[in-house]
Amino acid sequence: MAADGGMGHATKRREDVRFLVGRGKYCDDYVPAKTSYCAFARSTVANGKIKSINTKAAAKMPGVVAVFTGDDFVEVGGNPAGWLINSRDGEPMKEPKRPVLAHGKVRHVGDAYAAVIAETREQALDAVEAIEADIQELDAVVNMADALANTKTLVHDEIGTNQCFDWGWIEDNRAATDEAIKNAPHVTTLELVNNRLVPNALEPRCSIGEYDPGTGDYKLTTTSQNPHLTRLLISAFVMGIPENKLTVHAPDVGGGFGSKIYHYGEEALVLAAAKKLNRPVKWTSTRTEAFLSDAHGRDHVTKIELACEKDGTFIAFRTETMANVGAYLSNFSTATPTFLHGTLMAGNYTVPNVYVNVKAVFTNTAPVDAYRGAGRPEATFSLERVIDKAARELGINPIEIRRKNFIKPDQYPYASAAGLEYDSGNYDALMDGLEKLADISGFEARCKESAKNGKLRGLGINSYIEACGIAPSNLVGVLGSRVGLYDAATVRVNATGNISVMVGAHSHGQGHETAFPQIVADMLGVDPMSIEIVHGDTSKIPFGMGTYGSRSLAVCGSAVFRATEKIIAKATLIAAHMMEDKPDNVDFDAGEFSVKGTNKKVSFGEVALKAYIPHDFPLESIEPGLEETAFYDPANFTYPSGAYGCEVEVDPETGKVDICSMVAMDDFGTVVNPLIVTGQVQGGLAQGIGQALLEHGIYDENGQLLSGSFMDYAMPRADDLPNLVVDHSHATTCTHNPIGAKGCGEAGAIGSPPTVVNAVVDALQRGGFDVEHIDMPVSPARVWAAMNE
Amino acid sequence: MPTISMNVNGISVSAEVENRTVLSTALRENLGMTGTHVGCDTSQCGACVVHVNGKAVKSCTMFAVEADGAEVATIEGQAHSDGSLNVIQQAFQDHHGLQCGFCTPGMIMTATALLRDNPKPTETEIRDHLEGNICRCTGYQGIVNAIMAASGQKPAIAAE
Ligand code: FES
Ligand code: FES
Repeated sequence: MAADGGMGHATKRREDVRFLVGRGKYCDDYVPAKTSYCAFARSTVANGKIKSINTKAAAKMPGVVAVFTGDDFVEVGGNPAGWLINSRDGEPMKEPKRPVLAHGKVRHVGDAYAAVIAETREQALDAVEAIEADIQELDAVVNMADALANTKTLVHDEIGTNQCFDWGWIEDNRAATDEAIKNAPHVTTLELVNNRLVPNALEPRCSIGEYDPGTGDYKLTTTSQNPHLTRLLISAFVMGIPENKLTVHAPDVGGGFGSKIYHYGEEALVLAAAKKLNRPVKWTSTRTEAFLSDAHGRDHVTKIELACEKDGTFIAFRTETMANVGAYLSNFSTATPTFLHGTLMAGNYTVPNVYVNVKAVFTNTAPVDAYRGAGRPEATFSLERVIDKAARELGINPIEIRRKNFIKPDQYPYASAAGLEYDSGNYDALMDGLEKLADISGFEARCKESAKNGKLRGLGINSYIEACGIAPSNLVGVLGSRVGLYDAATVRVNATGNISVMVGAHSHGQGHETAFPQIVADMLGVDPMSIEIVHGDTSKIPFGMGTYGSRSLAVCGSAVFRATEKIIAKATLIAAHMMEDKPDNVDFDAGEFSVKGTNKKVSFGEVALKAYIPHDFPLESIEPGLEETAFYDPANFTYPSGAYGCEVEVDPETGKVDICSMVAMDDFGTVVNPLIVTGQVQGGLAQGIGQALLEHGIYDENGQLLSGSFMDYAMPRADDLPNLVVDHSHATTCTHNPIGAKGCGEAGAIGSPPTVVNAVVDALQRGGFDVEHIDMPVSPARVWAAMNE
Repeated sequence: MPTISMNVNGISVSAEVENRTVLSTALRENLGMTGTHVGCDTSQCGACVVHVNGKAVKSCTMFAVEADGAEVATIEGQAHSDGSLNVIQQAFQDHHGLQCGFCTPGMIMTATALLRDNPKPTETEIRDHLEGNICRCTGYQGIVNAIMAASGQKPAIAAE
């Protein structure tokens, strides 16, 4: 055990120091010699036929070195979807090509159809204005129901429909679920919208392409959560550059939340342009471009039914959802509304029947893909809203109805009716913890106080489960994934005892440079500061799948653990050789090898040095060096869970909602660094509260994004949020990974939206208003309208 | 192109800029001081906050030529001369006031201005003052706690 700074220690983040003094190095901070700058011409209409693009005038503008259009990329492959989803009838999903630059048609506002490269960014932007594009505006499909009903207006003419797939989960359970609902004593129905969100990582996307004509090597410096995945997509699907000729480097990344998982056309363009021009080409997104072209999140329209006994025992959940995929399939867009959503529709409950139907719909809007939580917030919102409504209809306390149906600690492993096997959890303990920490018993008194001030107070309760640690390759392979979802780590003990750990995960704020060394330090009994994490550069790290889906610790951390175990095994052989005894007789503890029952010992540092100076090694049994790699593929998803509570005050005069308290009680399994975990939950809570009260990516009927800037899209600000109270002490460990960790990155964004909306509806009901539901964002206008209907 | 001269973090510098060049661009591109960040194009996010003649300004809203002759302070000049973190920077590390670090330079410069004008702000005053700085990562809790701590006050929610 490391004396200090090992597992479980709230170690301050070492990476903070460079960020705090302005020495972080983000993509836009890189300017290779002779850099040229790229700007894109983007569609101003949502659906249009490209009749001609005249670039002659633009090419003559000052400083312009090249202009590209879709014609230049017709021979190039398309950016693929990573999951193949089959419809209920067995038909594979529709997969229209997603080109580097739009060709023939533009399909959403912001769809790039030309690019200018110039000596300066300003010159490139000026020249974009000089491109003469004759684009005939066509009717747009924006609303999902219209898109499905309307077969005349198509986003992709060649597929003959706007429906990507019509998926059932689990199709074999459909009849039984229908039957159970038909015969149930009580059925609660709710129609709801999960509002479209714009991820808005504060660092806009940026990509720099470089090409070395001497070696034929390409380099892409880019804002990515997963450099190896980006390289694979570019190499295998889009450009055909051999992987050993392409380095993808993601330096410090300023937030991602999903939006920087995906490969985007801009990355391919700067690489192609760099080769053609034989000089570096750089593109940095403006915030306006980010709103129009980053993958958005959520955007589901759902009808959910909950069938139950009169005493509140759940019998069945049945869901029909339309999920917007936007104009093109982004890399994870087909997995998000299906396997990351449908499989969670049993929640934390012993419900016997679950059926989910999801229709994915193309519309003339920006692509929609995984955003913090990705499918699981949508599932949780539907479940926890309909449960609250059922509780109200049946006259049962919202905490009691949940407890009544919770899976109990002695029921694990538990096969859920939605097809997952939960390995561990204790939902009652979380609810107990919440009741205490949020002082639920004191709520009525606080309610009276609020009433004295003319405010309506409400209490919202929620419990959630998520499937994280994405993901077991064998399982996701069966479900349609075209990639494996393991991760990898190399632990290199250097001769003088310091350690480099190369990991496939990539931090964009998660603190890997601090947390991963805590694991290794703990196992090796060395100072964490002697351990350095290397990440983000495909030329240095093993092939791992990156950071998303709350997977870094549970999957890549497990790879780090396994690689460190191999280091200990190898070091034990060397130590045995040094102490002239059998490896079986050698113990390792707190950084020291010793021979059982003797006082012979050697330190880890001595063994490390010996590994590189093997003058007397028995080379047939011990290789020199001390470096090990592990690929870790999880045996199951992990299942973080939690109970959340929120109190709000509604001003009946204006409909304004104030959050008085927000308490998150989470089970993340083993916690490596509680400081980081607390921060992750707080950040997720802010995004969830943002979804519930403020944020909305809203298109008008012509496909214009109305909330396309920070002036119109309401990002949560410091004064919008309450103190965020977080507790993760009620933990049950994950049973199938070596750390016991479940993952914490998305929980806050999953658990909080229904908690807030439940609280608002509760406040209105207590105030005597017959309001069953308000769609997010629960803006003052919507609350006021609901009260005054 | 006009040439401007400024004193940035105590050092005299000059740069040739276009009339339309904003101060954030001049700092980042002309002077290579990339600690100041740009997160938006509508003066909303505050990632670009620097001090000009002692006042916190969003450097994306000011033309570089307007800063001719000015004293400018940026994130690169905030640490102690031996390189160690100043009180506010240290509090941000202690209280996990940053995750991806992209908003952080603006947050530090804004917090510095706040504490100069109001050395013992309440939590509400801190939250109000941060209204022009967006952080997408932290939910602001660590930032508010850090500023409370930097002003010698105990945050309502103690960091672990
Ligand atoms: S970059 Fe200046 S306010 Fe956003
Ligand atoms: S730390 Fe990432 S935006 Fe604030």
